Amino acid sequence: MIGFGAQVAAIARRDLRRERRTGEVVWVTLPFGAIALLLVPLAIGTDAPMLQRIGPGLFWVVVMLFGVLISVRQTNAETTAQRDQVALTGLDPAAIYVGRAAASFVLLVVFQAALGVVTLVLYDVPVEGLVLLPVTFLVVGAGLALLGTLAAGIVSTGTNATALVPLLVAPLSIPLLIGATQALEALRLGRSSLTWVLMMIVTVLVLAIAGVLSARPLQETG
Amino acid sequence: MIRTHVGIPVFRDEGSRTPVRTLLAVDTPQTLIDLDAVSVRAGSVHILRDVALEVNAGEAVGVFGANGAGKTTLLRLLATLVPPSAGTATILGARLDREERYDVRPRIGYVGHVPGLYPEMTLAENLAFTADARGINREASRDALERVGLGGAADRLADRCSHGMQRRAEFARVLMTQPDLLLLDEPHSALDADAVDLVEALVARTSSNGGAAILVSHDRGRVASMATRTVEIARGTIS
Repeated sequence: MIGFGAQVAAIARRDLRRERRTGEVVWVTLPFGAIALLLVPLAIGTDAPMLQRIGPGLFWVVVMLFGVLISVRQTNAETTAQRDQVALTGLDPAAIYVGRAAASFVLLVVFQAALGVVTLVLYDVPVEGLVLLPVTFLVVGAGLALLGTLAAGIVSTGTNATALVPLLVAPLSIPLLIGATQALEALRLGRSSLTWVLMMIVTVLVLAIAGVLSARPLQETG
Repeated sequence: MIRTHVGIPVFRDEGSRTPVRTLLAVDTPQTLIDLDAVSVRAGSVHILRDVALEVNAGEAVGVFGANGAGKTTLLRLLATLVPPSAGTATILGARLDREERYDVRPRIGYVGHVPGLYPEMTLAENLAFTADARGINREASRDALERVGLGGAADRLADRCSHGMQRRAEFARVLMTQPDLLLLDEPHSALDADAVDLVEALVARTSSNGGAAILVSHDRGRVASMATRTVEIARGTIS
């Protein structure tokens, strides 16, 4: 049996290869996210101060909604036959969970960076606080990846479980949304954003622990 | 090396880059499958009921039955993918109601009637993923594809391959992993004569190396030709 890290790498490599071929994130989700950001200025008009004020918040809302979709889609696109073959490799379900989340994390960081550029252009967002932006991208990306992977694991357990996704995702993504917006806002106003960053990190850790602990039961009931 | 009559090299233990190991570990019991009054339920429906089956090393058992008789569920039970809801099931020495069942999974080769390949990956990439996950040399994936006659299609996306080619690739995966217990669902489905020869050789090899094979089909005649004995499954019960 190979080590945990090698197992994670095998799963992440597989998922990224599949995404490279299908291009769902780059060619489908990302353009839709950009369109969502584009529609708001078209709807409310070119009120520059207002756009500057709401731009960061809208960016994070779009990232949360589309980001979770990316993560859920990435990890839920497996047939029973494919899941059976993965189970028979003997891979640790915790490693499978982390590997899938790692692949989603990479995609989500790219997704955030691309939408970030769109937001800067469309909303003329002031650049204060951008220093913290890469850190926020990484933490939010990790959180959404772990959350979406966990949600996809639950979805795969049976019929009607899809209906649980919004109920599961909405409350658990709220700390990430609030943390991301408030961290940048605090920095813009010259306050410490440490509390908000710590809140996001705690959320990420809780999701990681929940996902790892539930990986085996979810695999066996899937 | 053994060759099929069409010249496809099926086994290449000597000089192969595929890691060759002793198929049966020292602690493996002679009885590889032992089902005692095993039932499997889905909700209130009994899919398998009081199934008793004992398979020893060296056997190839054909299980035939009509559609909906429980053949596929039986195979998934034997693959440790479906837990028994009643009875005692032991596979390769591991009780299915205990966590030890996870440990024997890499020793099981399961080819379902629906291919488990990722359509957006090439055949070689699909097998390389299994090789990575199992700690097998990646070169073994191309080697295995060569051995089932798919060397020329190794870099073709799985969804660009016919159903028969995908089935062959699944058999290549089994060749690569060299399982102790081989589980084949409708082994003749979508296969041409050459590929059937390949499957027959694979079953014979697994049995002769001290493993066992279970072949399920709706057609008794087809599995009987490959099996050392046959049993019938009807309405979830083996007779």
